[in-house]
Amino acid sequence: MREVAVVAFAQTRHSATDEGQSEPELILPSLEEVRRKTGLRKYGFTCSGSCDYLAGAPFSFVSALDALGAWPPISESHVEMDAAWALYEAWVRLQHGDVDSALVYGFGKSSQGDLREIMTLQLDPYYLAPLGLDQVSYAALQASAVKADRARLDEIVRRSRADGRANPHALDLPDPAGEDFEVEPLRPYDIAPVTDGAAAVVLAAGDLARELCENPAWITGIAHRIEPHYLGMRDLARSASAAEAARAAGVGKGHVDVAEIHTQFSHEELILRQALELGEDTLVNPSGGPLAANPVMATGLIRIGEAAQRILDGGAARTVGHAAGGPCLQHNLVTVMEA
Amino acid sequence: MSLEARHILEFPGGYTRTTGPVIGRFLTELRDGRIVGVRTADGRTLVPPLEYDPETGDAVTGDYVEVGPAGTVESWAWVHSPRAGHPLDRPFAWALIRLDGADTSLVHAVDAGDVKALRPGLRVRPRWRAGRTGHITDIESFVPEVTKIVSPVRTEYVMRPGLALARFLEGVAGGVFVGCRCGSCHKVYVPYRLSCPECGIAITEEVEVPDTGTITTFAINNLPDPRAPEVPFVSAYVLLDGSDVPMIALVGGVPAHEVRQGMRVRAVWVPEEERTQSMANIKWFAPTGEPDAEL
Ligand SMILES: [Zn+2]
Repeated sequence: MREVAVVAFAQTRHSATDEGQSEPELILPSLEEVRRKTGLRKYGFTCSGSCDYLAGAPFSFVSALDALGAWPPISESHVEMDAAWALYEAWVRLQHGDVDSALVYGFGKSSQGDLREIMTLQLDPYYLAPLGLDQVSYAALQASAVKADRARLDEIVRRSRADGRANPHALDLPDPAGEDFEVEPLRPYDIAPVTDGAAAVVLAAGDLARELCENPAWITGIAHRIEPHYLGMRDLARSASAAEAARAAGVGKGHVDVAEIHTQFSHEELILRQALELGEDTLVNPSGGPLAANPVMATGLIRIGEAAQRILDGGAARTVGHAAGGPCLQHNLVTVMEA
Repeated sequence: MSLEARHILEFPGGYTRTTGPVIGRFLTELRDGRIVGVRTADGRTLVPPLEYDPETGDAVTGDYVEVGPAGTVESWAWVHSPRAGHPLDRPFAWALIRLDGADTSLVHAVDAGDVKALRPGLRVRPRWRAGRTGHITDIESFVPEVTKIVSPVRTEYVMRPGLALARFLEGVAGGVFVGCRCGSCHKVYVPYRLSCPECGIAITEEVEVPDTGTITTFAINNLPDPRAPEVPFVSAYVLLDGSDVPMIALVGGVPAHEVRQGMRVRAVWVPEEERTQSMANIKWFAPTGEPDAEL
């Protein structure tokens, strides 16, 4: 396996409301930041992740290329999913050996539509979508299957929001309060906030990585696994695919200093801690995690970026970035990075 | 002012989708009011059917089996405020339902009225839509199986109080508590009665007792009662002075939490012109303000 590292990471100051920027305008500052950090303006490969349904326009990711400068033609690809999977594609591309750098970015403006309705469109069109099963409802079914203790969930939200307030990129959210349910057993604060934002990561291989930064976050394991789409075919209380991806990526082969995990609902932290076999001494989502800022389609990439940043900053030796997609944690990607 | 535009994404008339043989079979059966699952090579029954075994990825067999229609709720989430796209316009549950004979669970809505009606193991049945078209929403929702019925009962009587109670109420009409003394054990009973429940003999001696007494025990009632003045209200046993057996009565004119055993009380009578032969003559017993009595 070729040595590949995260050498730069940037993200927007995420926003809970539409601040009037178009998608290319949203992504541009993060691209500029990683270009500045690495000094690279050309990359061997470029890959992005986004979702056309967020903008309600086909091929909306194409117009986002305006932020890139795609002329003369560049080697470029896109995934209609979280940009964490764009990073995976870029990592695979770098394994070919003919290019040494890759730019990965993701963006989402979920403030433009109704995220609960939009995510219904990702369900299967025969059995689930026609029921109008919305995102919060299927997450609530999973929370119910987990039988999560309310005090533990409250603590997860309290910790995430406090960490988010300390993170200049995340939203400024108050401590959880209120007895109302959104869909029982989920309370409104158990749900990641609607967020607009973008993020960018630069990957580099071998010597180029060492050249571009002092402490490259070497990807020593990366894997993703998926489960059946239909909720009733799975044990929703567990995430078999996250566990399998974590094993394949080698999470358990050493101590994990920091894990950034893709928890869009508080109960998902309980499921993922177990699946990734994270110990009590692993710092989970010190950035605040998705419960403090959830720019859909960039949120997973940000998990990898935040986990990498701890190594880039010299503060951590071994970290894990996790991304999830699909209903009820259907698809999980786990990245292990080492100093 | 910022520029804004309303943008709607819509496919008029909806997408046309082919179902393939497996999903098509399920939906065809659904239109006929039946629910079928498909067998996997290792004999499991997938409901709703998929083209492949989620465990192995192998194609499923061509073997379809009818399941349900009843099933068991495994877990649920309660929707307090339904959204426009939801199948019901009133609070309902989303549930994972294991239909009888199936090895996987169906996701659907359960119309249970109240979240308290749900519990793991709740048995439910489909409520079918009248004009079925071969669509997952041909099942409008699931509803709990019948496990209890409510039978209205109402029959009318003409009641007379009996000789002893008639005598007592006659006294009450005049603002007097009529009791009686047993010739054998000498106990004084109020209300008036014709036999001593301890000695089992007829009583002949009538006595009048005062309308003052002592609370021996009481209860604070938090449920409304048409006969009670307010909620909470206090019902108490009042031992009328000179009697040996307490009488149940309302206590009023005092906050419920201040009522206590040993409290001295006096009947509050309704004005003379309003009196009838009824216990309604006594509004309630109210504290007299005397020191508490030893019980
Ligand atoms: Zn007697």
